[in-house]
Amino acid sequence: MKLTRRYRFAASHRLDVPSLNLEENRRLFGKCNNPYGHGHDYVVDVTVEGRPDESGQIVNRAALDDLVRERILTQIDHKNLNCDVTELRGVVPTTENLAEALKSMLVRDWPLAPRLSGVRISETDRNTFELRT
Amino acid sequence: MSMLLTRKAEFSASHVCANPALNEAENRRIYGSAANPNGHGHNYVVEVTVEGETDPVTGMVFDLRELKEIMNREVIEPMDHRFLNREVAPFTTVVPTTENLAIEIWRRLKPCIDGANARLRNVRLYETTDLYVDYGGEV
Repeated sequence: MKLTRRYRFAASHRLDVPSLNLEENRRLFGKCNNPYGHGHDYVVDVTVEGRPDESGQIVNRAALDDLVRERILTQIDHKNLNCDVTELRGVVPTTENLAEALKSMLVRDWPLAPRLSGVRISETDRNTFELRT
Repeated sequence: MSMLLTRKAEFSASHVCANPALNEAENRRIYGSAANPNGHGHNYVVEVTVEGETDPVTGMVFDLRELKEIMNREVIEPMDHRFLNREVAPFTTVVPTTENLAIEIWRRLKPCIDGANARLRNVRLYETTDLYVDYGGEV
């Protein structure tokens, strides 16, 4: 059985590859290359998989919320993804790379009984990326 | 090649998540605010996914009207606007967590849907827009 919990954070970013010139970056990233950056209200769905324990739950909601808050939301909410997040140093903060970063922030020393099954992130409600673990 | 068909329905119900064998502090630690003794409610959304072959004559995997009737009879009518802990078996003795509710919905629907051409594949139950479980019959 799987349980999915939704979280939200707001962050700014700029998509830019330093080794490419301005024109190439504009062609590659369009408006997302705007030099001053821009932001999104991201939505993150965290899915865990396991069997309900004697409480009838796969996971204690507060334990999952605390873990996501501590490892992700406090690090990333109302931050600049290009400057403020250690896990994103040196990578272009596309939603794909963000999904990878969020997964590795969560999965390292995973403390909960159910396994981490997937991380899904929406940059806007038109673009969603999903990583299964 | 099999096809997946998903139908959605809603029901509103109240519940308390607490184990009577535990004290109030323990229940609050395990279930949080859902342990409030007097109960609270949700607008549940259930998405039922049926897998099957498209019938070459009807062009359908499963008769949608029949699926609607099954979902209404087995789930919506018995659970909508009810207090699950008092009025809906087995939740007079089983804690009505979202997980247990999804398992019960699966148990009710499975024999009514499974047949020669189609079978119940998944029950997704949203407790809120921010929390849902998926159950596919795992033991």
